[in-house]
Amino acid sequence: MGLLEVKGINKRFGGLQALGDVNLSIQENTTHAIIGPNGAGKSTLLNVLVGKLIPDSGSVMFDGQSVLGRKPHEINQMGISRVFQTPEIFSDLTVFENVMIPCFAKRDGSFRMHAIESVFSEKGIQEQAEAILSDVNMLEKRHMITSSLSRGDKRRLEMAMCLVQDPKLLLLDEPTAGMARADTENTINLLKEIREQRGITMAIIEHDMNVVFSLAERITVLAQGMPLVEDTPDNIKGHPKVREAYLGEAQV
Amino acid sequence: MLGLEKKDFRLLLIVIGLTMLAPLILNPFPEGSEMAQFNAGYPDLMQRFVIFGIFAIGFNILFGLTGYLSFGHAAFLGAGSYGAVWMFKLLSMNVLPAIAISVIIAGLFSLLIGYISLRRSGIYFSILTLAFAQMSFALAYSVLTPITGGETGLQLALDDPRIFGASQTATGNIPVPALFGLEMRSSFELELGSWLFTFNTGYYLAAVFLIFAFYMSIRIFRSPFGMMLRAIKSNQTRMSYTGLNARPYTLAAFVISGMYAGLAGGLMASMDPLAGAERMQWTASGEVVLMTILGGAGTLIGPVLGAGMIKYFENIFSKINETILHSWFSFLPDGLEDFVVAMIYPFIGKGWHLTLGIVFMLVVIFLPGGLVQGGQKIAALFTRKKSEDVKPNATEPAE
Repeated sequence: MGLLEVKGINKRFGGLQALGDVNLSIQENTTHAIIGPNGAGKSTLLNVLVGKLIPDSGSVMFDGQSVLGRKPHEINQMGISRVFQTPEIFSDLTVFENVMIPCFAKRDGSFRMHAIESVFSEKGIQEQAEAILSDVNMLEKRHMITSSLSRGDKRRLEMAMCLVQDPKLLLLDEPTAGMARADTENTINLLKEIREQRGITMAIIEHDMNVVFSLAERITVLAQGMPLVEDTPDNIKGHPKVREAYLGEAQV
Repeated sequence: MLGLEKKDFRLLLIVIGLTMLAPLILNPFPEGSEMAQFNAGYPDLMQRFVIFGIFAIGFNILFGLTGYLSFGHAAFLGAGSYGAVWMFKLLSMNVLPAIAISVIIAGLFSLLIGYISLRRSGIYFSILTLAFAQMSFALAYSVLTPITGGETGLQLALDDPRIFGASQTATGNIPVPALFGLEMRSSFELELGSWLFTFNTGYYLAAVFLIFAFYMSIRIFRSPFGMMLRAIKSNQTRMSYTGLNARPYTLAAFVISGMYAGLAGGLMASMDPLAGAERMQWTASGEVVLMTILGGAGTLIGPVLGAGMIKYFENIFSKINETILHSWFSFLPDGLEDFVVAMIYPFIGKGWHLTLGIVFMLVVIFLPGGLVQGGQKIAALFTRKKSEDVKPNATEPAE
């Protein structure tokens, strides 16, 4: 039994079958990549996992509980964090505030009326936030408003915001999309570090094969809303069906 | 001090100082002089400064922090006023129970309206709150006449069945609101040379509430709750993917700001025990939006400044008439005098709205952070000369 068990998921948008009978099992303590040509249904699948979309049929079990019908914030509280294609951070707030917010969410749950005590009196939260910022080498930038950060820093900050919650599963939606070569390498190294030091289970959706093959331990290939194959990176590389799916896309 | 950072505590001290000395500060011109008409230190206007200051501080907790623009906050002010007047009619002329009930009523009312309106955000939220406020106005104006007094408004009468206290005074008059015998309308006048300063009980009561309201607003701004509200304004997607439910946070902010409005309404009724439906009208809701934006939404002191400025314009600028203008420019040759007066006249007296509109436009275009940003810019000009590294706009302007 995997940490995340997806069984028989179907999702239609009008006449389009976005996901057709998708099964997926993500084992605890692995990095699992989901790849596939454009329109394969990767993002739809991800949106189902985080509660943004409700599938027409099927089941999604996380850590023994169903996630279907739950709101995104409830699913996060179950232990699933998500990194977005373009970093979603609190851009009017400082770096430090950005990481304190998930600390509060982790400690106090989805709502708590702590309107009188000062943020500065929360020593425990501050220590947690400082620790994670020094882990991602951003401690000296903690007083900056995040909208003025570089793209790479925004990505690292978002990662820190997810990590500080100590999630059971970290979902990454094209974490290196639109990045320069050097930034991509940095992100790969950061993810490797996270994987080794924290032992967090990760699911990555990615286009960049370099990223996929340097990180993933299992790979699922989606094509036209259906899982084509699931195997180790070495076996995926030369798989005829995978080549067909990608070459087929190239011919169109 | 008092759980505040040094900077905030200093700001609180400044506000305490200004409100306590307002009768002196607002009367800088000697009585009977030409400039005396610019004096704002009379009780009625000073009461309005602080009451609308409270209203705007509360509104800012919702709008300044979460960015949810309510166009119906006057409904809570109106509801608070009605509640207070009913307390005067039924219970006692003491202002404390009246103010307490006005806060409670406004809180419950805003819980109901907020619960429904906050299902939407952005313009739809604004329209929902506007619709609710206009419905409340229409109800108060007609259908609910037995409770609200309809067109004439709710007033005290000689036969009110007051439980604690008499229906009439010994001389057959309606009793006046008081705080344990201290009448709200009573004033102490101090004559210093040709200056006349009025220290009014009602004003000082309202000022104490303003200080308390301001203090609470600082605490909320600096609390984890306040940080969550700013996070909602900044990015709701990240908010929910961080495991936080935005709805109860926004609802709590909405109710808190509704209670501030109720407090303002209760104080208004305490100063002058009547309540009318027009207090709920959309123009009144719009006014508090203007106050907050003019002063600086999302800043601590901004709403108070905005409220003061608008009320000053409304009461002082509107009093300047053509005769006064002529007397100012009488040193000019006749033709020129008439011309100058004709040019200025549309902007004063009844035309004060025009001046206010122009000021508002200038502020929004050049100082999106409101008067507070203007103050910061001026302060930065002076400090830059001393040290080179001035923090560029520590507080980001809110839209």
